[in-house]
Amino acid sequence: MSATDLPRLQRVAVELRQTILRMIAKAGSGHPGGSLSMVELLVGLYWHTLRHDPKRPDWPDRDLFFLSKGHGCPALYAVLAAQGYFPQEELMTLRRYPTRLQGHPERWSVPGVEIAAGSLGQGLSMANGVALADRMDGRSRRIFCLMGDGEIQEGQVWEAAMTAHHHRLDAVCAVIDANQLQQNGPVKLIQDIEPLAEKWRAFGWHAIEIDGHDIARVVQAYDEAETVQGKPQAIVARTVKGKGVSFMELNPAWHGVAPKPDELERALAELEALKR
Amino acid sequence: MAGKPTRDGFGEGLLALGKTHPHVVALSGDLEDSARAIWFKTAYPDRFFSVGIAEQDLIGTAAGLALAGKIPFACSFSQFVTGKTLEQLRMAVCYQQLNVKVAGSHGGLSVGADGATAEALEELTHMRALPRMTVIVPCDALEATKATIACADYPGPVFLRLGRAPVPTITKEADPYRIGEAAVMRPGHDVAIVACGVMVAHALQAAEQLAREGIEARVINLHTIKPLDQATLLAAAKEAGAIVTAEEHTVLGGLGGAVAELLVQTHPVPMRFVGVLDRFGTSGDPAELLKVFHLMPEDLVKAAKDVLRLKQASFKVQG
Repeated sequence: MSATDLPRLQRVAVELRQTILRMIAKAGSGHPGGSLSMVELLVGLYWHTLRHDPKRPDWPDRDLFFLSKGHGCPALYAVLAAQGYFPQEELMTLRRYPTRLQGHPERWSVPGVEIAAGSLGQGLSMANGVALADRMDGRSRRIFCLMGDGEIQEGQVWEAAMTAHHHRLDAVCAVIDANQLQQNGPVKLIQDIEPLAEKWRAFGWHAIEIDGHDIARVVQAYDEAETVQGKPQAIVARTVKGKGVSFMELNPAWHGVAPKPDELERALAELEALKR
Repeated sequence: MAGKPTRDGFGEGLLALGKTHPHVVALSGDLEDSARAIWFKTAYPDRFFSVGIAEQDLIGTAAGLALAGKIPFACSFSQFVTGKTLEQLRMAVCYQQLNVKVAGSHGGLSVGADGATAEALEELTHMRALPRMTVIVPCDALEATKATIACADYPGPVFLRLGRAPVPTITKEADPYRIGEAAVMRPGHDVAIVACGVMVAHALQAAEQLAREGIEARVINLHTIKPLDQATLLAAAKEAGAIVTAEEHTVLGGLGGAVAELLVQTHPVPMRFVGVLDRFGTSGDPAELLKVFHLMPEDLVKAAKDVLRLKQASFKVQG
């Protein structure tokens, strides 16, 4: 990534946040907090790291992105539309029958949505399965799996962590959107999962801990992960739930509630100010 | 009668697929020996994956293999591979419509001495309720081999229920096998016994006994519980006018439930359900347990006579 790219990508991130909030407001329901926290993680992937082609979404050698924290799908939809996987206008149909943009992702409901999610903790096992198949077939591609910090309380995640280590699945890169909150409050108070990076290391993974809103650092972490051989990689991204909107940031009330019209206006204005 | 477990038939079918279907792979949670997938593992070590004792990850990994174009067979005890994993089977396999085959050995009471915790008695109900899932219960080892081979070419999720205990081989090599097409094993117009698994052999023995008493029982091997062979079942209801269902499984929502759901809406006839009566299993020899749980030929004879009386009573009412 060149130095001139950074301001452009930061602006993309702000625009994505505005789109996400418009979508959720229009839908009247959805999960703004966890969608806003993962924006830079997706920008780094889709604008820099992933080998992908929106015009050929079924390209067999494409890198794969698995969104395991399915409630964050407004962010994924906004990214996919911005990249040209499907028309931007469709974004405003989120969650309303008969939409292709389901409240939690349905595999291939629109091009680019690689897996279903919504029942937490399942994406990493699927990433491992693809990596095992790819190894058999001599196909080299990366498989990224984005999970929430609350999500990794699910036991299946750690079953999958052991499997990826045992089979030395270095094509698999887990990205943890550690936004500090889950539905009923701080992760630390509901069920503490720290120390995160040490946990992944203890499971045999190469762990990288970063500020998940620093796009340059995000991209650097993806680059570092790709050089790791013989080990799966975990990027622990320290983020802020509701990032970019003052009254949503680190406020558990914004886990699963849509902004009302006046709240949307305030939020959009705050984000607009970030562009200047 | 020669006896062989259906899990052995599965193991032979999987081994045969190794040769003919390069995309077939297998995985297990440290029960590949019990599920007889070990024969495939030995022959094709590069196409077998262990995920440790972790059934949820087993199904999730199978889903990933299927996403990448493989035809994975996820093998374990029937109880664990369906019970611990309902959520994974629902979202990762069925909702995503993936080509995952789930093989559950030690189904029913066949695990015997291990007792209730390993005796799967509800999984047909659970699997049948999942949209897009196909549910198969082979009646003998030969049919298990055919079913295993057939499901590799049958797109979408399939659950194969297999047994640990030897069962009589009652089908023949030349018998046709098609998923979703029930087999009429014996003709008869007085009553029909619809069965799966080991209960098909018991139904044939019951039919012989009934014949000695002048009652002609049709025996239907309903090896595919979903999708249901509606034509064969409807014909049985119309022509025999009385139905007994038989399964080594709870009577709540399994084979009996599937048959009743169809017939009560299309051609209601008197029915009796032979199966496990809403209770857990227990330790014992599998053959002994079939007696304890009233799943023997004589239990089917009794149920057939009951349902026949109901049929005759309804004739009298109708005059």
